[in-house]
Amino acid sequence: MRQLIWLAGSIAALAAIGVALPRAVNPYVLQVIIMCGINVILAVSLNLINGFTGQFSIGHAGFMAVGAYASTVFTLQIGVKWVAALEALGAPGWLAQGAALLMALLVGGGLAAVAGYLVGLPSLRLRGDYLAIVTLGFGEIIRVMILNIDAIGGARGIAGIPVWTNVFWVGAGVLAVVLVSHHLAHSTHGRALFAIRDDEVAAEALGVDTTRYKVMAFVIGAFFAGVAGGLFSHYLTAVNPNSFTFLKSIEVVAMVVLGGMGSISGSVMAAILLTLAPEVLRPVKDYRMVFYSIMLIVLMITRPQGLMGSRELSLPAFLRRRRSATGPA
Amino acid sequence: MQFGGLKAVSELELTVPSGELFGLIGPNGAGKTTVFNLITGVYAPTAGRVLLDDQPIQGLKPHVIAHRGITRTFQNIRLFSTRSCRDNVCIAGHQHARAGLLDALVRTRRFEQDERSLMRQADEMLAVMELEARADVRAADLPYGQQRRLEIARALAGRPRLLLLDEPAAGLNPQESDGLMHLIEDIRHRFAVTILLIEHDMRVVMGICRRIAVLDYGVKIAEGTPEQIRTDPRVIEAYLGEEVHADLGGGH
Amino acid sequence: MTEFLQQMVNGITWGSVYALIALGYTMVYGILRLINFAHGDVYMLGAFFAYYVARFTNAASSPNPFKAVMVLLSSMAGCGIVGFLIERFAYKPVRKSSRLAALITAIGVSLLLENGGLLLFGADPKFFPQIIPARNISLGAGVTISNQQLIVILVSLLLMYLLRVIVMHTRTGKAMRAVSYSHTAASLMGISVDRIITFTFVLGSMLAAAAGVLVALQNPKIEPYMGIMPGLKAFVAAVLGGIGDIPGAVLGGLVMGIAEVLVVGYVSPTWRDAIAFILLIVILLVRPSGILGKHSAEKV
Repeated sequence: MRQLIWLAGSIAALAAIGVALPRAVNPYVLQVIIMCGINVILAVSLNLINGFTGQFSIGHAGFMAVGAYASTVFTLQIGVKWVAALEALGAPGWLAQGAALLMALLVGGGLAAVAGYLVGLPSLRLRGDYLAIVTLGFGEIIRVMILNIDAIGGARGIAGIPVWTNVFWVGAGVLAVVLVSHHLAHSTHGRALFAIRDDEVAAEALGVDTTRYKVMAFVIGAFFAGVAGGLFSHYLTAVNPNSFTFLKSIEVVAMVVLGGMGSISGSVMAAILLTLAPEVLRPVKDYRMVFYSIMLIVLMITRPQGLMGSRELSLPAFLRRRRSATGPA
Repeated sequence: MQFGGLKAVSELELTVPSGELFGLIGPNGAGKTTVFNLITGVYAPTAGRVLLDDQPIQGLKPHVIAHRGITRTFQNIRLFSTRSCRDNVCIAGHQHARAGLLDALVRTRRFEQDERSLMRQADEMLAVMELEARADVRAADLPYGQQRRLEIARALAGRPRLLLLDEPAAGLNPQESDGLMHLIEDIRHRFAVTILLIEHDMRVVMGICRRIAVLDYGVKIAEGTPEQIRTDPRVIEAYLGEEVHADLGGGH
Repeated sequence: MTEFLQQMVNGITWGSVYALIALGYTMVYGILRLINFAHGDVYMLGAFFAYYVARFTNAASSPNPFKAVMVLLSSMAGCGIVGFLIERFAYKPVRKSSRLAALITAIGVSLLLENGGLLLFGADPKFFPQIIPARNISLGAGVTISNQQLIVILVSLLLMYLLRVIVMHTRTGKAMRAVSYSHTAASLMGISVDRIITFTFVLGSMLAAAAGVLVALQNPKIEPYMGIMPGLKAFVAAVLGGIGDIPGAVLGGLVMGIAEVLVVGYVSPTWRDAIAFILLIVILLVRPSGILGKHSAEKV
């Protein structure tokens, strides 16, 4: 019961922010906020695979692409018709569009989850570097396939997607992925994932079905990447394969690594930081990528565990440490 | 069990009666850990069968075998280093958890109850191994002796019928191994579990094992009570040495 | 039939290039268990160094083999230095860290080289001067091979042979093989592991540079991102042959080159890049140790 109250409260808060924010800030800032949110969803979902379960997945953009395209096709074929019908029945625009977007996101996420399953299953026998390369390969194959299928636009992509994404839905996505990650982490299933990360052989010897859990991590991670993709396409009004290259995958990996693999709050912070950074560096746009690559290298050399290591941002823990710093060790 | 051209374990016939404390010894490289790996499903035997209560289990995946009631510790400690002691032990309880994924995500009452009972059982197990004070400490931060005990606690938490201990006394000083010996005997009684023990520390082996099998180059060269093994000429020869003879023969 | 043989000629030519690049990947992986993502970009740098040297020395105005060889050698030297710098400043500090940290560092270096190249050389493609004028040689049965293709194959063969001599018949080569088995054991034998690692990187980079020059001979259009695809494909080739295994890299390179040419010729040009990844996934699922590789299991 208490849970439902929290949930209702959060949704109400989101709705309030969703209405107030666009009036309070200029469109550019709004755009940055929305991109931050989308990147947070990507980072936290990848953290499930890389951080919690210790699987090297560097093809996340592929899942995002599947979600983006699937949700777009759904919207353009079915969604817009629903909205028209609902509005004709008198439903307010935001409600009809919101419902259609939700459906589209679920379709996109669902199909991305299927892709996650297909990628996760055969990759299971591989470890470390090999797994990384295969996930990279799958990400690229998805992109090349999209390039070659003319029915979904090929190299030109698809345009004319209605702008249904707004602060509320992005916020809802962030809330969902963070909640799922957090609940998972503090459960026996999450412990199973961490065990697989720390020592797969021991985990298996103690009764953890490592195959099932690794695939589960991929499926859930891919689902949310797909949702992020759907939000992305319904914001930019157009999709094409160039948005989902290996570079995008690396950007998401960088966020997870910068934040600290396994740390949800770390992923959130890093995603926000790395979304803001290009905006801040806009004046030196040409040097941006050089800065970015140097940052990656320096980060790995100096602090490979990232900002948070595998710990979470937690107020009680922080206060405890302050107190013990003044008392006996 | 054959790896390429190497027969790591061959023609091994080993029967461990229920409730027994059975020792498995032999020089380094004799194939003892390979036997453990065969039992727990890490390897599938290239020939032969592994039976648990007359049921064949060879070729099954390790986690299935764990569900059937066989857990183990490892020669080189394999703890979940970033997790707390309690979490390490909780993992073993995972197979007995009834709450599914959806329960966990939505936090149903069933999930909360499950978690509470898991934690409680973990704490009990830690208490048995005298680690309850360290429940929240990261496994990697424990001193070596306590890490070994944590591994045993974890294996026990899986509620096994057969517990495999791979050199639990390795690296322990004589006092610590004495304590370990008593602990293992205690465990066997308290939890009514069959124990198969690999050890090099002869004091521990002779002290607590009821029956011992000796492996050398993958072949069983002797089996019997500690007394019989102590005086078996083939065993002494395998270990090559008067020091070992003194170890086996001298009273401790 | 003629067309098939012609494709084979093209396939072997490209295969040799992939083999040269793959050798660098495989040597570094064998020694450090690191996938040097930046290797493909060293290939790109090789082409660019050669471009600037050729322009500077006006090698195309009165082409002769001596000048061409100078261009090649100076490019190889330049990239050898680049390889040394990368290893020293980016990879060495993360050697003790986790595998993922090393992988990300490698990706960072790759991005740095690509975007640094973009800044330094400009985004517009350059055209490699014809330091060896093109001529076609007939092999009979309607199959022709250009002298440039012939040079690619011959130079590749020569370099691979030299590599084999170094690895098999010199003390340094023996040290390389020792280090690839075990750093600790090798250093206990008195081998300076650091120096061998540096040497391996330099060697691999020089081969990649050569590949870059050879490709630029045939396909004169060069630009800073040209190393990404060949790098990835050469990596697949190394895995195909058995990563860490030197003859495997050569075999994998040839298979990769021929497969790619056949797919483009007989299936569709748009699947050109995908064939590499498909091959990769197939080999990793069917036989992860590669065609010639040895399978090493984890000790439990």
